[in-house]
Amino acid sequence: MNNKEKKFRSQKRNALIGKICIYAILIIITALFLVPFLWMLSASFKTDREVFAIPMQWIPDNPRWENYVEIWTKIPLLTFVKNTVILTIVVTLLQLLTSSFAAYSFSKLQFKHKNLLFLAYIATIAMPWQVYMVPQFIMMRSMGLNDKLLAMICLQAFSAFGVFMMKQFYDGIPSELCEAARIDGMSEYKIYAKIMLPLSKPSLSTLTIFTFVNTWNDYLGPLIYLRSEEKKTIQLGLKMFIGQYSSEYGLIMAGSVLSLIPVIIMFLCLQKYFVEGVAATGLKG
Amino acid sequence: MDEKKTAQLKKLETESAELMKQIRNENDIEKKKKLIVKREKIERKAVALRNNRKISRETKKDLIAYSFIAPNFIGFAVFTLIPIVFAFALAFLEWDGNNAVKFVGVDNFVRLTDDTFFLAALKNTLVYVVGTVPLTMIASLALAIVLNQKVKFRGVFRTVAFFPYVASLVAITAVWKMIFHPSKGPINAFLYYVMNVPNEELPQWFSGNLVMITLILFSVWKYMGYYMVIYLAGLQGISAELYEAGGLDGANTWQKFKYITWPQLRSTTFFVVVMLTINCFKVYDIAVMLAGGGDGQLSTSATVLVYYIYEKAFKTWELGYSSAIAMVLFVLVLVITLIQFQYEKKLSE
Repeated sequence: MNNKEKKFRSQKRNALIGKICIYAILIIITALFLVPFLWMLSASFKTDREVFAIPMQWIPDNPRWENYVEIWTKIPLLTFVKNTVILTIVVTLLQLLTSSFAAYSFSKLQFKHKNLLFLAYIATIAMPWQVYMVPQFIMMRSMGLNDKLLAMICLQAFSAFGVFMMKQFYDGIPSELCEAARIDGMSEYKIYAKIMLPLSKPSLSTLTIFTFVNTWNDYLGPLIYLRSEEKKTIQLGLKMFIGQYSSEYGLIMAGSVLSLIPVIIMFLCLQKYFVEGVAATGLKG
Repeated sequence: MDEKKTAQLKKLETESAELMKQIRNENDIEKKKKLIVKREKIERKAVALRNNRKISRETKKDLIAYSFIAPNFIGFAVFTLIPIVFAFALAFLEWDGNNAVKFVGVDNFVRLTDDTFFLAALKNTLVYVVGTVPLTMIASLALAIVLNQKVKFRGVFRTVAFFPYVASLVAITAVWKMIFHPSKGPINAFLYYVMNVPNEELPQWFSGNLVMITLILFSVWKYMGYYMVIYLAGLQGISAELYEAGGLDGANTWQKFKYITWPQLRSTTFFVVVMLTINCFKVYDIAVMLAGGGDGQLSTSATVLVYYIYEKAFKTWELGYSSAIAMVLFVLVLVITLIQFQYEKKLSE
């Protein structure tokens, strides 16, 4: 009896130690993830000299709000933001619409050359974009798309990845649902709009996060295509600013914080569907 | 119009009857099947004609399906498939994008073999892949396992782990460059004031031998949250009964991981490793932003394949040569992916 109780107690103690360890690990890891962001935020309210002052102050005594005003005048930040917003919204919408549309067909309809067409998509997922970015640029240039936002839209809106992801998700939705609707006389377009779309919230959210983040943060694509200053995206603009004013630490950080806000907001809004979406789209393999 | 229709219908009917005769006389089963299929098609056409439909039901079905695919596929074919085909051809040409194209055969590839900058880029890319893939995989798996436990604020922890992935590279590398600044950054200040590392021995995080290590550490930090989510999805697919059964058999935590979690996650790990490898070979902006000078120039100690593709194409306009480098990148990714698939197949047997 006594022995049993002892064993029970030691088990309980082990469980407690385990819990403490887990929380300790979690807090350390979270700190590693968060500290650069907090440092950025803190530095964005400092003068250039205060940024590296020792000992460091997390909350400066007199925060320099001016950094957030000045950054808009030092570079045409508003133009950059406008370009990036247009680009990101158009690309994300096109991506969601065309991918889910094509994926419905690949998943729920039978037609000629289906496997061949899908193979074309699959084969290019493993193909790094960097392998064909040069001929792509030559082609776009000959179409007169050089230095146009439209080039970036064409480049990013029709990814194989989106179609693949949405198809994986639709494969998980029972086909009987569509069959039943078909017998009721619904057209395929209606089945897509009334039945499939409302069910795809998790996967659409996941695809939105991926596309939004990739387009907003893309650097190499805009670097190749968008040469003139009034066409530049926020990433190019920020990089340009860092190149020109490499020691204006406070301003660089203010610009950085501003460039993060939209993506973070987007992510926080959609993240509750996120793990579910990744699980349901079978991205896990 | 009506006359034409009747004539057409009659023609179809005779064809069908002819086929029917052939089917009866045919002894070979395979040939018979083919003929039956052929006859059915003609019958369907006839039915469509009789019912005044211009196109058969089958064709209509195909057309509807294509109409779903078309918006994406046209964009995909024009902006992805065609350039890919173009890329293969370009590697065997010499072209500056404006003047005449010259066919040079494998000359571009021969030239690569004694281009020291290319060899440095190749070596650095491989070092980066070999360092980043296993580290990111282990870190993200560990994080996913911890965040799959029942802990308080689990959602908050998960969200925070994903922040670095969401954050733009330009912004976040700017912070890293300041934190690891060789003379002013807080990390080196700590080493100098607290650990008493002398000034000349302070680590130069973004140059020389250390730079690849910094790149790898940064990548693990930035991308582990992404792969953690994929692992989390995989972990949620493992049934709790397996762990209960393991618990009854007296398995400890390590044994449960070794005999349940790890084998059950095999396909997830496979996916993670394949994606990680492909993504690591694409490394460019991380190197340019962390190790590049003010104008983004990379030295031999930190150059990578994609950087060299970009330089050769858009700085010196040697498009053929640039495409040859791109082909090396493509073949590397392809071969490694195929080996991984082969290995996965062997394991699952």
